[in-house]
Amino acid sequence: MNGCDRMSDSHQKVLQTRLSNGLEVRLKEIHTAPLISNWIWYRVGSRNERPGLTGISHWVEHMQFKGTEEFPEGVLDRMISRNGGIWNAFTHLDFTAFMEVMPADQIDLALRLEADRMANSLFKPEEVNSERTVIISERQGQENQPTFRLAEKVKAAAYQLHPYHHEVIGEMADLKRITRDNLYAHYRSYYVPSNAILALAGDFECQAMLDRIRELYEPLTSRPKMDFLAQIEPPQQRERRVTVNGPGETSYLEVAYHAPRGSDPDFMALTVLDSVLTGASGLRVMGGGLSNKTSRLYHALVEGEIAAAVSGSLSTTVDPYLYGIWVTVRPDQTPEKALDVLDGEISRLIDRPVAAEEVAKSIKQARALFAYGSESITNQAFWLGYSEMFADYSWFEEYLDRIAEISPEDVHAVAQKYLNPANRVVGIYQPVTEKAHV
Amino acid sequence: MSKPNNTLPKLDIRSLPGPDNILRRELENGIIVLARENFSSPSIVVSGFLRAGALDDARDKAGLANLTASALMRGTKRRSFNDIYETIESIGAGLSFAAGNHSTAFWGKCLAEDLTVLLDLLADGLRNPSFPSNEIERLRSERLTGLAIRDQDTGARAKLAFNKLAYPDHPYSIPSDGYVETIERLTVADLQEFHKDHYGPQAMIICVVGAVKAEAAVDAIEASLGRWTNLNKSNQPELPPIKTLQGILREDVVLEGKSQCDLVLGIPGPSRFYPSYIAAALGNNILGRFGLFGRIGDSVRKAEGLAYYAYSTIEGGLGPGAWQVTAGVNPVNIKKAIKLIQQEIGRLVTEGVTEEELNDNQANFIGSLPIGLESNEGVAISLVHMEQYGLGLDYYQRYPDLIAAVTREQILQAARQFLNPENLAIAVAGPGREHK
Repeated sequence: MNGCDRMSDSHQKVLQTRLSNGLEVRLKEIHTAPLISNWIWYRVGSRNERPGLTGISHWVEHMQFKGTEEFPEGVLDRMISRNGGIWNAFTHLDFTAFMEVMPADQIDLALRLEADRMANSLFKPEEVNSERTVIISERQGQENQPTFRLAEKVKAAAYQLHPYHHEVIGEMADLKRITRDNLYAHYRSYYVPSNAILALAGDFECQAMLDRIRELYEPLTSRPKMDFLAQIEPPQQRERRVTVNGPGETSYLEVAYHAPRGSDPDFMALTVLDSVLTGASGLRVMGGGLSNKTSRLYHALVEGEIAAAVSGSLSTTVDPYLYGIWVTVRPDQTPEKALDVLDGEISRLIDRPVAAEEVAKSIKQARALFAYGSESITNQAFWLGYSEMFADYSWFEEYLDRIAEISPEDVHAVAQKYLNPANRVVGIYQPVTEKAHV
Repeated sequence: MSKPNNTLPKLDIRSLPGPDNILRRELENGIIVLARENFSSPSIVVSGFLRAGALDDARDKAGLANLTASALMRGTKRRSFNDIYETIESIGAGLSFAAGNHSTAFWGKCLAEDLTVLLDLLADGLRNPSFPSNEIERLRSERLTGLAIRDQDTGARAKLAFNKLAYPDHPYSIPSDGYVETIERLTVADLQEFHKDHYGPQAMIICVVGAVKAEAAVDAIEASLGRWTNLNKSNQPELPPIKTLQGILREDVVLEGKSQCDLVLGIPGPSRFYPSYIAAALGNNILGRFGLFGRIGDSVRKAEGLAYYAYSTIEGGLGPGAWQVTAGVNPVNIKKAIKLIQQEIGRLVTEGVTEEELNDNQANFIGSLPIGLESNEGVAISLVHMEQYGLGLDYYQRYPDLIAAVTREQILQAARQFLNPENLAIAVAGPGREHK
């Protein structure tokens, strides 16, 4: 192991290093199953998009499946699948990630594939055009959901300057006009070694894996990464409200508070607050929390017979994002009534500290969810890279210790700091009833 | 680039679930318990099912099995709703019940230190539900909201319409979560009676996977559920025969204000007991799953760019579940998408599959087995599947050989037995009528 390699102190050692071209590498040996999970993370997402080019990061992610000279489209799918692997990709606010889970003896294919498509994707014009309609179809599928339409409007109201203003999928008008050259330029700007982290966990020996990674990735030319400065969103001065009308019979309420970034010292206290208010959320790749029937808002809204369901969403992001509270309103109630009841619970949090027992319960739930989330090799590999997108790996390693330190007073302080009406957007989906017909 | 070779993956058979690492015990009351140890993390999954489902519902009480399952956690003779959830959530555990056509399934997860608590709640819910009227009213209201949401969901509406076409006068045409008019009429007495008549240990399967000694896990199940009896439990009614589809049956559900259509197209398919089920499953993988959605994905998504998703599913199960293709398509492209899918079905039943496709898909099935069995959840699902269909404790250890033995001719025969591009149920749900 050379001088720049560093092993973390966690009970399962993590090798952390940087190649000469700037590519960060994280490796974690886990020998519980003959599998390896490989993730490559690029620091580019909808946060890096300008008006007129919204959705371009997600589209580039799609184009990464369209082949290179070495791995033409179709060959990629076939090779991963016939080797028993699975692969996927995700574009989010701050990142684009590509993953493969492979039988351990087949991992070289994934390593070669990701090294190749970091630099050599073709972006053929005909592929760009056929993918345009696929992505438009993806957006139309999302538009079918009232919750997507509401969330889109709430974000647009919450962010007037910062690119968190728009959905990851992008605006329809932009999807219709983005060109092959726009896409290729975006790809070349952000898909560079110094803007990426390669993270693997699973059944391998660290040193041998690192040697192979150096062999494949170090020859990739180091190019300067795009230095994109997202506009800073000024503090919101007063409450904003949006209403969306659409088909259906069900009303939804979203109340979104501006929240701190994932690395902020306040984040853990807000995590406990969310657990008390709307229920504990998980640390799995695809979410997966617990039931929330003992949370304060479930008691007030669902047991209070105002709502059919309630949930909360707190995200770990690079820049300050939103803490969203979602309410599915019962047909015999109104979103305004739900907001009144919700506000009563918010006032309780602001007026006095939560009980020590509520905090203790949140800590135990966090411990259980952390254990569930640590089970799979894929989840371990996910956190190796994902934590670096908004903080660093110590965020994940120290998560339970930091949660355990949170006191009722800490929760009280963040409630007073963030849960003010002036700091929020209230969104209502109001159905325009029109029965389906056959 | 070198061409992939045609050898199939070799798995370490000893690492797979098998008779040497699964403990199976049948309790005196008929419950079959399966346990497998995994101490790589401090958690445990408990899952299984009992034979009480929507098939037991009278037609005018559609949704009763489902509502009963959801009501098990709303209160028992020993605990209130709040007691139940305070107990389960305060230890970071989860427990839920849901009913399908044939059975009521349960799923639980906890830290190893809390297994006794989880099993106590599971047994209490199964044996002693009290169906408190105030909680049932609230549950009913939540369910009605869910049905209102279902009513506006293009995917759900297309599937409901498909089931009506493909399963006329058959219980599979009725949604297990019922209809507004049936849910509104169900009473607490209905739930009590359903529980009394249909819940019991006979043929129940329960599986424990995780950080607990297998013997201790089975003993714990026996302690919590071993004395449960219900001699009055009725047998599930026989499924009526399926009517053969003749021609193209089409239904369009118009949901104004939507952007995209959902399309469901297919036929009643084979049950998991069908002798050539694995051949049918491999054929389905080639048709609409392998890589990014198999042949249908190549045609509908990659070549034509018509859909974000377009894939085929073979439901299998205890009865003749659907063999279907699902796609999300812009209304103006529906006709073209249906034609392309029919062409691919036609190609499968006339030309069959190539040797290369067969080999690729066999490799895919075998090679992906360790991924499916990585988590406690994955192992629990597999053990229940193995027991439910009488596949034998050594099924997963025999699995690579079973897959490798499938021939092109077997796939062709299985496809021809069920699929015909001219005899299909086609349901579309989405905006406007321009797609018709």
